Amino acid sequence: MALLEVQGIGKHFRGLRALHDVSFSIPQGAIHAMIGPNGAGKTTCFNVIAGVYKPDGGSIRFDGKPIDGLRPDQICRAGIGRTFQVVKPFPGLSVLDNVVVGALNATADVAQARKEAMRVLELLHLADKAKHPAASLTLPERKRVEVARAMATGPRLLLLDEVMAGLRPTEVDEMVAVFRRVNQETGLTILLIEHVMRAVMALAQHIVVLHYGEKISEGAPQEVVNDPKVLECYLGEEAL
Amino acid sequence: MFDLYLNAAVGGALTGLVYGLMALGLSVIFGVVRVVNFAHGEMMTAAMYGAVVLAQAFKLDPLVAMAPIAVAMFILGYGLQRGLVNAFVTRPEHTQFMLLVAVAIILSNGQLTAFGPDTATVQVDYALDSYQFGALIIGKVQVIAAATALAVSAALFAFFRFTLTGRAIRACADNYLGAQVVGLNVRHLYGLTFGIGAACLGAAGCLQLLLSNVTPLQGPSYTLLAFIIVIVGGMGSLTGALLSGLLVGVSEALAGAMFDPSAKSMFTFALLILVLLFRPQGLLGRRP
Amino acid sequence: MKVLLAGLPPRAVVALGLFLLLLLVAPWVVNGYLLSLLVVMLYFAYAGQAWNVMMGFAGQLSLGHSLYVGLGAYAAAMMFTKFGVNPWVGLLVAVATTTAMGAIIGFLAFRFGIGGVYFAILTIAFSEFVRIGFDHWTWLGGSAGLFLPVANRSSNDLLNLRGAPVMFYYVMLAMCVAALAFCRWLLGSRLGYYWQAIRENEDAAAALGIPVFRYKMFAVMISSAMTAFAGVFYAFYYNNLFPEQIFSMGRSIEIILGPIIGGLGTLIGPILGAFVLTPLADGLSELLQWAGIDVPGVKQVFYGVCLLLVIVFLPNGIWPVLARRLKLEREH
Repeated sequence: MALLEVQGIGKHFRGLRALHDVSFSIPQGAIHAMIGPNGAGKTTCFNVIAGVYKPDGGSIRFDGKPIDGLRPDQICRAGIGRTFQVVKPFPGLSVLDNVVVGALNATADVAQARKEAMRVLELLHLADKAKHPAASLTLPERKRVEVARAMATGPRLLLLDEVMAGLRPTEVDEMVAVFRRVNQETGLTILLIEHVMRAVMALAQHIVVLHYGEKISEGAPQEVVNDPKVLECYLGEEAL
Repeated sequence: MFDLYLNAAVGGALTGLVYGLMALGLSVIFGVVRVVNFAHGEMMTAAMYGAVVLAQAFKLDPLVAMAPIAVAMFILGYGLQRGLVNAFVTRPEHTQFMLLVAVAIILSNGQLTAFGPDTATVQVDYALDSYQFGALIIGKVQVIAAATALAVSAALFAFFRFTLTGRAIRACADNYLGAQVVGLNVRHLYGLTFGIGAACLGAAGCLQLLLSNVTPLQGPSYTLLAFIIVIVGGMGSLTGALLSGLLVGVSEALAGAMFDPSAKSMFTFALLILVLLFRPQGLLGRRP
Repeated sequence: MKVLLAGLPPRAVVALGLFLLLLLVAPWVVNGYLLSLLVVMLYFAYAGQAWNVMMGFAGQLSLGHSLYVGLGAYAAAMMFTKFGVNPWVGLLVAVATTTAMGAIIGFLAFRFGIGGVYFAILTIAFSEFVRIGFDHWTWLGGSAGLFLPVANRSSNDLLNLRGAPVMFYYVMLAMCVAALAFCRWLLGSRLGYYWQAIRENEDAAAALGIPVFRYKMFAVMISSAMTAFAGVFYAFYYNNLFPEQIFSMGRSIEIILGPIIGGLGTLIGPILGAFVLTPLADGLSELLQWAGIDVPGVKQVFYGVCLLLVIVFLPNGIWPVLARRLKLEREH
């Protein structure tokens, strides 16, 4: 059975149609990617799943239970962790404390949360920065802190919004290895929005393509990148 | 009984227009610089004392004193923005707040030190003249103050709509980064905005002096009044500020006439609480 | 005890111990005037600590904390003068009253998504609203004030909080120590982490599973409950209550100056701020009197200039800088 099942969701902002009748599903333990030109509605789709916006219509089921209409914190507690495209770290707190806040979702015991936070930081190669204030980090590091925070909440599904942007190719490969390892070891299901195709091709087993708020294609990576409709939407944008 | 309320309401509306002009200054500053001027009432008090001094020294009518006072307040506002506030534009809200609280404390107590705790006032020779329309009696000063407040507000609207500088300031308010990109001197424009807001306040202070007297520690209550008017009208909406000034003026006057004059601001606070709860963007404001 | 001191370098523990010892023996050393000054310092340290929970920890700016002081003071004074209930029982009524008030303000504001400056102005509005209400509530003295029977200053009756200044001093000191320990515990708990997350970024906090509304309510209610203690103390120490004074916006600002100057969100900040500001202002008054300058407002102008200088040059307050210099910071 699918872990996440999105059925015909739509979202309007005043006159703007940001999402229209989008459906897809992610099986337990899979890594899926969502791609599309800028403004295609990818982040809006994340925000609808994560409870920031209520969908105008359609349904979202997580592990068989409907979750649309829940608040962001309820969705997190249901088992969906997310990062933000525009990073929102807690600048005044240390990197460790940032992640501890996430880990406290799974346990009320602060000592245990600190242990879990340290473990996640090590996994993401951030352990040496644990005591630095989050405000002092570079942008790619801050994105990693966001990933760490979201992972520390103990999610079953992780929504990653452009966490590879701005990384050097070797760093991208490092992150890819981390996500692949976590996915294999713990069975964590991942949905990522990504422009870095190197990461998408290396990680995703299945890709959903959005354009102007609609799903125009989906399938295995090789099929999708050769789909003429996908090429057209990207090239069309380039031609502008 | 009805006559009493009618008189109160009309008088309140006229006073309300002066309140509106005062709040307009706050609204202009907040709408553009995005800083809440917590020293607003104190700055207006300074303007009122300025007018008192001019009246005592040169026998200047507050209406005439309006011009030099507005200019002085413009300079004060411009200087305050460039010298102090500008460094805080990107800081957290509470630091901006505390900065202006500090300025407010210094201003109001400086006035206390300079002018003593007693009330000061200016007596104009037309203070007791009035017009009568049937049962309605309105004071000449109130009419003059309200008309002048309207004229100054109109000039302000015209400035923002028709002049190049006014449009540039509006551009800054809409899009700070964009304004910088197209080469506007944002720092200067912010200074101008703060100056214009302060000049409005100077004019409002002179008009208020015709209607009431001035005490050194009155600042906070005027600051609060200005806030309430701006929030009720909608932050950043100029027409909203004027309209809600009118509303607050009328509600104050009616509450004073129907209940107890000392309880009149309770109605203003109640109005604020209601608006914050049910229409937080204000009467004419847009939702952020 | 151990948990509260965990992570502090030994020199910080020693410094804290010495400071406490100094405060404990102070009444035997100082004269009556200095003792009353110390009481005021401790009072502001306590009230600042209570305010700091809301703003420093959870990021909700209240500019109307005199509301809780006033309500707490009036509740306990009413129980004492009208019903003969002792202040410790009155304290329960006071805490219940201020917590309920805080809950009402918090519920209304946070339900409708009112934050930042709007929330601050709402707190002022409520405080002014209640002030005017008390001004007209003649049963509790109205604007003419509510008076407690003046204490017999020679014998100490702790149960009825009637006694000599030394007794009040120790009560206030105990309150400050308790507040410090309580806040330390809060900050190290899940509650404290969640508050700080909300202070730093509400959206991110919600995405990490924090029910933001509920935790903001906790902040307002705990802070207003703590402030009630200060109000009860005020009522029984000064023995007179005037709505005009106790609910005034100036009082609210006096409460928040200490934590801001000392260091917002820190545990020592409110104490340091109160211990710096109160003697400075008082010393200045003394100095001015000695110099024969008796002009009203000079002291407050000085207050304002201090505040301005700290905000411009030490935006995070004195304590973070001082702690780093003296190597008294907590190890993570």
